[in-house]
Amino acid sequence: MTGLTTATGGADAAARGATGPAARSGPVRPLLREWSRFTPRQRLARWLVWLGVVAAVAWAVRSIDIIPEFLADAPAQMADLLVRMWPPDLGHYYPQVHTALVETLHIATLGTLLAFALAVPVALLAARNICRVAPLNWLAQLVLVASRSVNSLVWALIFVAVFGPGATAGVFAIAFRSIGFVGKLLAEALEEVAPGPVEAVRATGAGWGATMLKAVWPQVQPAFWGIALFRWDINVRESAVLGLVGAGGIGVVLNDAIDFFQWDRVATVLLAILGVVLVAEVLVNRIRARLI
Amino acid sequence: MAAPPGAGEGRPPLEIRGLVKEYVPGTPVLRGIDLEVGAEGITAVIGPSGTGKSTLLRCINRLVEPTRGEIRLRGEELTRLSGRALRLARRRIGMVFQEYNLVERLSVMENLLCGRLGYVPLWRAWLRRYPAEDIERAFALLDAVGLPDYATQRADALSGGQRQRVGIARALMQRPELLLADEPTSSLDPKTAVEVLELLARLTEEAGVPVVLNIHNVELARRFARRIVGLSQGAIVFDGPPEALETAHLRAIYGGEDWL
Repeated sequence: MTGLTTATGGADAAARGATGPAARSGPVRPLLREWSRFTPRQRLARWLVWLGVVAAVAWAVRSIDIIPEFLADAPAQMADLLVRMWPPDLGHYYPQVHTALVETLHIATLGTLLAFALAVPVALLAARNICRVAPLNWLAQLVLVASRSVNSLVWALIFVAVFGPGATAGVFAIAFRSIGFVGKLLAEALEEVAPGPVEAVRATGAGWGATMLKAVWPQVQPAFWGIALFRWDINVRESAVLGLVGAGGIGVVLNDAIDFFQWDRVATVLLAILGVVLVAEVLVNRIRARLI
Repeated sequence: MAAPPGAGEGRPPLEIRGLVKEYVPGTPVLRGIDLEVGAEGITAVIGPSGTGKSTLLRCINRLVEPTRGEIRLRGEELTRLSGRALRLARRRIGMVFQEYNLVERLSVMENLLCGRLGYVPLWRAWLRRYPAEDIERAFALLDAVGLPDYATQRADALSGGQRQRVGIARALMQRPELLLADEPTSSLDPKTAVEVLELLARLTEEAGVPVVLNIHNVELARRFARRIVGLSQGAIVFDGPPEALETAHLRAIYGGEDWL
């Protein structure tokens, strides 16, 4: 092929020059070529997109029915709330808030583990370079989207109905919410695996399991641990609110305090959550820096 | 089914008959290749880019599925194998790649032991409990390729030439009956390329493994191969010893003559 192209290259160019756009740049016309970033069609499309965005914002503001009086005295209400919260009732922390906080961490950790157990097979099915059956890819994608489309509070409501109120419902809510996130990111990491080493290991006569173990896993390993830490971090925060619908954890304590207007206790709970989230953040960043 | 021991004695290591590969139906990349590779030495396949050299090699170990034709490894037909039988056939064929294709995040030793994955059970690979003789052989091969102190280095810490040495050692870990080398030196500088080819030639000769070598560089092909096969537009247009390869043949293989 290469040889042929060299031989006929000149003729090709000549043929193009006679008919194609190259004709304009021929020696007959002076070189006066214009350049613009977008074609007129693209400009129109971009203008329409902007128009759409403005229209959407206008529509949204009109439809949410802002009550001006409530908006006006919001700062006063906020200040009142803060005054009631101060000073926080720190004596309330032990043992009630503490126990609930530990339960929250357990829910987040167990929920993340369960999520991974469920998400890894789905991710393997969703990755098009691992599973070559298109209907299975679609099915796995559907599972992942379904998991993500339901908020963790809604999952919690469902599992409270199944298991009754308590931490079990919380664990399952966290897990089912996380499957979509973990599965999607994991499937993307799997699809980005360099095909060369996989091909090389396959060529040695390794079976599917050995190829996954020695050629694919080493490549997705950093992403895997990164996703695990990141999701655990998110789950610590998510599981803090699950108690609002009775799925265990610190949210239960928070809900009780709000129901009884014990704002100084609410402040204690909020501070406890803030503390845990901060510690989790620092911890995750440290581990991740070592890992990758 | 794997051929019983000794069944393929006397048969040539590789026989290809009427091999056709069409990625797109109706436009064959390989148009009926007939090739028989003898028991020893390097057979170099030369030809322009895109002419099907890589496809030819990958059809042999079925990384690419042939469309038609027969491929025999010591008499055993490979084109219809699947599952376990295919894996058993693949482990008898070593392969060396242009981009080395090492698993970057694994150590050199683990990359070498990847060559044994067709032999060891999965649990051993998982727990890294490879048989002692495999580890012994890996160390011996590291010595042979000149990297005795690199066993615990990660593959991504190596230079290109070092990686290809590991690639060769990994292929030889399989104790292959045939070695396929797909442009093994195209990513290397000229000096390293020669060193790597010398190593490949020496080690495969010692082990008595015939090599099919895809290579761009005609001079290197002449220097290292016992036989040169010229491929052009998916067909063999030259087949003979390096001495017989003349300008006219190169013109037929690559087309044009300004470059000669």
